[in-house]
Amino acid sequence: MKTSQRPPWMEAPTKAGLAIKGMVIAIVCLLVLYPFVNIVATSLAGESEITRRGGIIALFPSEPTLAAYKTIFAGGVVSHALLVSAGITIIGTALNLVVTIALAYGLSRPIVGGRFVLTAVLFTMLFGAGIIPNFLLIKALGLYDSYASLIVPGLVSAFNFLVLRNFFQNIPAELLDSARIDGAGDLAILLRIVLPLSKAVLAVVALFYAVGHWNAFFNALLYLSDTGKWPLPLVLRLYVLQGQPVGGGTESPGEAVASIQAVQMAVVVVALVPILCVYPFLQRYFTKGVLTGAIKG
Amino acid sequence: MHRVSRSAGRAPDAGDRAARRAARRAQGGPSLRARLRRDRVMLLLVLPGFLFFVVFHYVPLLGNVIVFQDYQPYLGFKDSPWVGLGNFAVFAEPDFYRALLNTLKFAVLQLVLFFPAPIGLALLLNSIISPKIKRFVQSVVYLPHFIGWVILISISQQLIGGTGLLPQLLGELGLPRVDLMTSSGFFPWLVTLQLIWKDAGWGTIIYLAALLNIDTEHYEAAAIDGADRWRRLWHVTLPGIVPVTLLLLILNLGSILSVGFEQILLQRDAVGADAAEVLDTYVYFHGVLDGQWGPAAAVGLVKGVIGLVLILGANKLAHRFGHEGIYSR
Repeated sequence: MKTSQRPPWMEAPTKAGLAIKGMVIAIVCLLVLYPFVNIVATSLAGESEITRRGGIIALFPSEPTLAAYKTIFAGGVVSHALLVSAGITIIGTALNLVVTIALAYGLSRPIVGGRFVLTAVLFTMLFGAGIIPNFLLIKALGLYDSYASLIVPGLVSAFNFLVLRNFFQNIPAELLDSARIDGAGDLAILLRIVLPLSKAVLAVVALFYAVGHWNAFFNALLYLSDTGKWPLPLVLRLYVLQGQPVGGGTESPGEAVASIQAVQMAVVVVALVPILCVYPFLQRYFTKGVLTGAIKG
Repeated sequence: MHRVSRSAGRAPDAGDRAARRAARRAQGGPSLRARLRRDRVMLLLVLPGFLFFVVFHYVPLLGNVIVFQDYQPYLGFKDSPWVGLGNFAVFAEPDFYRALLNTLKFAVLQLVLFFPAPIGLALLLNSIISPKIKRFVQSVVYLPHFIGWVILISISQQLIGGTGLLPQLLGELGLPRVDLMTSSGFFPWLVTLQLIWKDAGWGTIIYLAALLNIDTEHYEAAAIDGADRWRRLWHVTLPGIVPVTLLLLILNLGSILSVGFEQILLQRDAVGADAAEVLDTYVYFHGVLDGQWGPAAAVGLVKGVIGLVLILGANKLAHRFGHEGIYSR
């Protein structure tokens, strides 16, 4: 740390103070990151190594193998759940964005009845109907056991709506006015001016929606009785938390079988990878203050 | 940050609105029809989202009529017999009390242990001077927020469950191999620790923003007056984050009875219902799975009403103490 970064009025840090702070920070980072290392290492370990070391693969297996991954993709259940989750995530996020953007833009300017709609939306943040009325509604609408039941009930999140609306409201009015003078209508202003200026906040909101779909567990449990439609989190629960064997004994005898623990962790890794891939590209936007704006409300 | 949706949160004041309407009429402003024509594109854009909120948030509110019915799915709302307040007898049952007590236990633990965690972490992050290190640590601690509960609990199973890392290490050290994932006594702590791992880092975002908003001149002046770093923390930093802390506390109160539903549901099998039944799981198991629709819905409705009362009450209290709360009036 260079001294130039420290404001002149601040006293120089003591060595002991720095050491303690550094250690606390290192421990925090380790507590967050180590579990991921352990999961990946275990998923790559061979059966003999897991048996020998009692399941502890601290950093990296001595003889890494992809047997666990072959097992889970041979079964077909995980691959299918992966497809379902990917489909729900992509289609769901696209629909979420379209409807949320339209609502947030529509309410970002004073329009007839705008206050009423806004109040109606905000009130849902304070009071929800509850599990049972929602369940009965999905049944009554005929959405039970359909993929739509994983998308439609969460079409607009009031929180994400607030994030977007707040951002749209802070776009300088002169920009919009000059476009209007040039003859652009409300829709053209949204598409040509507002959206291009909002890429960062849109990325964040898209990430929130996408992660929500990818991790969707309870709605799927509640609304899907057909196990053939299960998304990844339900399959993950079945294999890892409920201890159901992966593949259901389809592998032929004599074939190299991966250890149960490795297979379970391989499913966890499969569920984690998309999040870990997208996260680094989007996380820099969090600190840009696109979120803090909307927390109030 | 405070500027944000202050107007958004404020319920339209009736007198205010009438005055505005009168003013508009006096100026000969556009008629309702003219304004509808002017706003037609915007209104069309608002329509799908508005319909969504009506159908999926307000129609289910009406569905709560079943708390006064002996609801039978094959009879529907119309033909299920009315039972008045009969379903509310559920509040005298021991099963309900177990769920309520567990919920309160989890809520208190979360309020005491989880709620302050982001504040401490934010102060730590804020004290990192090098921007590079700070940014790195921030991206590390935000990450777990995006890990879903199913994944997170699978990870805990691998690290501290019966065949996991921690019992193995304890065994090698000659200590008893504890399984923290199936211990009902440890369960409330487990839930709180998992929550801290997942969301303490994410929770720092709003506190960091508040810390950035504190004028550095205050620090400078305090330093010149001879205040050391701890006194500056006490007299400058902490007062600077009080409004945000209060705001989050109020918002938390509204959902205090919704203690980690998915998280607890997923681990209920491992520790048993005595340790893990909370109000939401009660509603799910008794209502959706056992078909006691009316009583379960009554529990759900009362829980929602208590949340609303708490949030509005806490907000009123905040106003009384001269703070802004979630909306200003």
